[in-house]
Amino acid sequence: MRVALFATCLVDGLFPDVARATVRLLRRLGHQVEFRQEQSCCGQMHLNTGYPAEALPLIRRQVEVFADCEAIVAPSGSCTGAIRHQYADTARRFGDERLAVAAEAVAARTYELSEFLVDVTGVTDVGGYFPHRVTYHPTCHSLRLLRVGDKPLALLRAVEGIDLVELPGAESCCGFGGTFALKNSAVSAAMLADKVAAVAATAASVCSAGDSSCLMHIGGGLSRLRVGARTMHLAEILASTRTEPALV
Amino acid sequence: MTYLGMPTAPAGVGQLRGTESFPAAAETALANGQLRRNLANATSTIRAKRAAVVSEVPDWQQLRAAAAAIKDDVLANLDSYLVQLEARVTEQGGVVHWARDATEANRIVTELVAATGAREVVKVKSMATQEIGLNQALEEAGILAYETDLAELIVQLGDDRPSHILVPAIHRNRTEIRDIFLAEMAGVHPGLTDDPPALAEAARTYLRQKFLTAKVAISGANFAIADTGTLMVVESEGNGRMCLTLPRTLITVMGIEKLLPTFSDLEVFLQLLPRSSTGERMNPYTSMWTGVHPGDGPQEFHLVLLDNGRTATLADDRGRAALRCIRCSACLNVCPVYERTGGHAYGSVYPGPIGAVLSPQLTGVADNPSLPFASTLCGACYDVCPVAIDIPSMLVHLRGRVNADKAAGHRLPVPEAAGMAAASWAMRGRRRWAWLLRAARLGRWARLARLSRSRTARRLLPPPLSSWTRSRDLPEPPAQTFRDWWAEQR
Amino acid sequence: MTARDEVLGRIRSALGDGPSRPAAGAVVRQYRRAGAAAAEEFPAGSRSDLVELLVDRLVDYRASVSRTSPDGVAGVLGRRLAEHGIGSALVPDGFPQQWLADSAVERHSDEALTPAQLDRIDGVLCTCRLAIAETGTIVLDSGPGQGRRAVSLVPDYLLIVLEAGQVVAGVPEAVAQLDPTRPLTWISGPSATSDIELNRVEGVHGPRTLDVILIEDAETPAAEVRDAQAPEAIA
Ligand code: SF4
Repeated sequence: MRVALFATCLVDGLFPDVARATVRLLRRLGHQVEFRQEQSCCGQMHLNTGYPAEALPLIRRQVEVFADCEAIVAPSGSCTGAIRHQYADTARRFGDERLAVAAEAVAARTYELSEFLVDVTGVTDVGGYFPHRVTYHPTCHSLRLLRVGDKPLALLRAVEGIDLVELPGAESCCGFGGTFALKNSAVSAAMLADKVAAVAATAASVCSAGDSSCLMHIGGGLSRLRVGARTMHLAEILASTRTEPALV
Repeated sequence: MTYLGMPTAPAGVGQLRGTESFPAAAETALANGQLRRNLANATSTIRAKRAAVVSEVPDWQQLRAAAAAIKDDVLANLDSYLVQLEARVTEQGGVVHWARDATEANRIVTELVAATGAREVVKVKSMATQEIGLNQALEEAGILAYETDLAELIVQLGDDRPSHILVPAIHRNRTEIRDIFLAEMAGVHPGLTDDPPALAEAARTYLRQKFLTAKVAISGANFAIADTGTLMVVESEGNGRMCLTLPRTLITVMGIEKLLPTFSDLEVFLQLLPRSSTGERMNPYTSMWTGVHPGDGPQEFHLVLLDNGRTATLADDRGRAALRCIRCSACLNVCPVYERTGGHAYGSVYPGPIGAVLSPQLTGVADNPSLPFASTLCGACYDVCPVAIDIPSMLVHLRGRVNADKAAGHRLPVPEAAGMAAASWAMRGRRRWAWLLRAARLGRWARLARLSRSRTARRLLPPPLSSWTRSRDLPEPPAQTFRDWWAEQR
Repeated sequence: MTARDEVLGRIRSALGDGPSRPAAGAVVRQYRRAGAAAAEEFPAGSRSDLVELLVDRLVDYRASVSRTSPDGVAGVLGRRLAEHGIGSALVPDGFPQQWLADSAVERHSDEALTPAQLDRIDGVLCTCRLAIAETGTIVLDSGPGQGRRAVSLVPDYLLIVLEAGQVVAGVPEAVAQLDPTRPLTWISGPSATSDIELNRVEGVHGPRTLDVILIEDAETPAAEVRDAQAPEAIA
């Protein structure tokens, strides 16, 4: 399948390893991957902070860039969620019905990574190898907005050598919430402290999730509190093989 | 203040506004370890109970969809349903009053009580009367109001504020409650223990004489049925039945949105409400009355219909669904923010997720500008809401309203609005965006990331960065952006 | 302008008059409605399953249930009152007198007793309008044998006599049978509170003891009592 990668702005600028791993994984599974340099940001931050007018040009750009793609894959639950649940509605609010229709078409072909693998390609065993103790945090937007359910866990379970341990209180929010982390930093920190304690309790060496934004937040807490665990995106674990193992 | 021409709830009366912003109030609450333990215990108990009884109902999602549709029908035809309710209540011997706002409702109730000659009233827990500050208005008129719900009593005796819709004293544990009773409850046994049954018994003894002798009761209502004029109160302790049955005069204060079109609609809401709120299949007592029942219960009945910002809420087609709320409190109980801060941080009698969308609409967003931002948008509230209010989307919408309101009044925090506009501009151009990503990486980021790891150095970081580095390190910058790597590959 | 006109006017301008306003009462209902629950979950002829469910739910909410045949009521009633030390009982008009044949209590009828007078009576006996199996709820509507609302509220002990034929499956079935013009009281277990740390504690302002006598057909062994379990230890 021809797959257009939507790297997301955060991954592009700060976590390129995640996008590289996504490319490697998709190619290994036989897909042709393209990356369109015109892409930038889905506009989620603007939308969720209450700046829909500033988000609108980003929505328009995203829709134009990906209009003719067969499948668009993003290593992010929350960006996929914004595209799927907020684009058309925002376009209509500004009276742009044509954009709304185009956005619906793009949204229908935009998938979060685990959705694409399990739902579109029907694969749960991606042939990964990752001999480490891993715990998985289901991010709120993949859990409750996209309803990916246990697809990411099914993918992880099939990875050879993995020691997957359940995260206590897994479904409670890590406290990131985009600009919430700044505007309500004390509450965010309190939520993070509980999440970090839960990760520490698993004695996992890796905490994984499907969103680099939440992982940046959790990782910042793990590092600050010197919990001996690091964060890795789901894509990085799935991309890891015996011949090209990911470093932990 | 108005929204789209609709007056909002007036300031200076009632309790819909806090004295400080949510983040500031939350800091104080977070510092209280006892509060956080109490809340964590109570909310985890109730979450488990709710989940168990909801899973017993095979058609829960269908009930939820019907409840949302019924409430939307009520809102879309609110004027005709209210007129219908008024006619039915009047036919059955009740008297209906209309109140534009808190001040008017307080005046109506105070005059009604005064007309009976009573100097004391017993009260059933009611959010509407908390919202309008009725007890204070009565007190100013020399009338003493006795809260009879156990949690309300704890709040009243402790000279405290409610912190939860259903259990206003959720922030208190049994030992604190015992101490409040010992200090404030007239005639309490000095050997009172903190055993919950003993505490309940103390409340029973304290209020018994009040119930048996009260002439006037004041209640709220969970539902009012337009086509029959029936009013309904759900409760647990029997204090509601005491108030609704024993006094001669009953005054019910109700928000105009609390309607259901027909009696049979109760088949939906009486399944959803108890399971969502206390996690019971059914609450111990539900009372329904229609006007005055000769020889049975109060022989004088007044219904006060309250606007107080509800029509302003109705005017916003993206915010009006907040008026579907049946005050079950399930959204509070699952909210990770509420669980850490408790209810007082929200400033209003309506805390938690529903408070964050309702209070700013009732008062106008200028008076509660920080509440729509008091959420991570995690969506747990929407999942449990029995009337399917999409609270996360509504929060996002209200954030937009707050920003627009600030921009209109030139009160927008310049750095944020400018930053958002600049980011939007930068992200639109391929070259400038690629350049910016690269520049950020090469420039200060690496240094900042290093500083964030040093306890002394991170104190020097400016806001908003310092809000991040206060509790988290910054990630190390990568050697190369993804787009540059990709370009090199080809 | 009166407050009434002003509030109604605000509503009309908030909603806007025009075709966008949906017609009243247009609601899609896909949940189980009256009759459906009984049909799906309790196949025809299995009223006994409904009764078992009701008993289970009542006991779960700390009510005691005594099951008996029509002939056994008087004996069970006498024993229950004696066990609870009920010396005086209010007996509402229309409560079958033959059920009192084996009881030694001092009987009171309700002659417009004041709340304080009701408070001096140990207990109250009454019939009911119906019971809901799924939720363990008994509904009173002040009909014959039930008395007015205050009567079933003030005395500390409440005994309700219920016939198996009065049991309905779920809330929709109950709502369909009830008359909204009557005062209605739905009772699910004894009075309780969850206000202290959200743990349920039985016994606040309403009757602290709820006894139910369930009349089944003649084959039922007389006086099989299922007592409420001891309240769980409070964590
Ligand atoms: S918003 Fe929904 S969940 Fe929250 S109190 Fe209201 S009805 Fe309950």
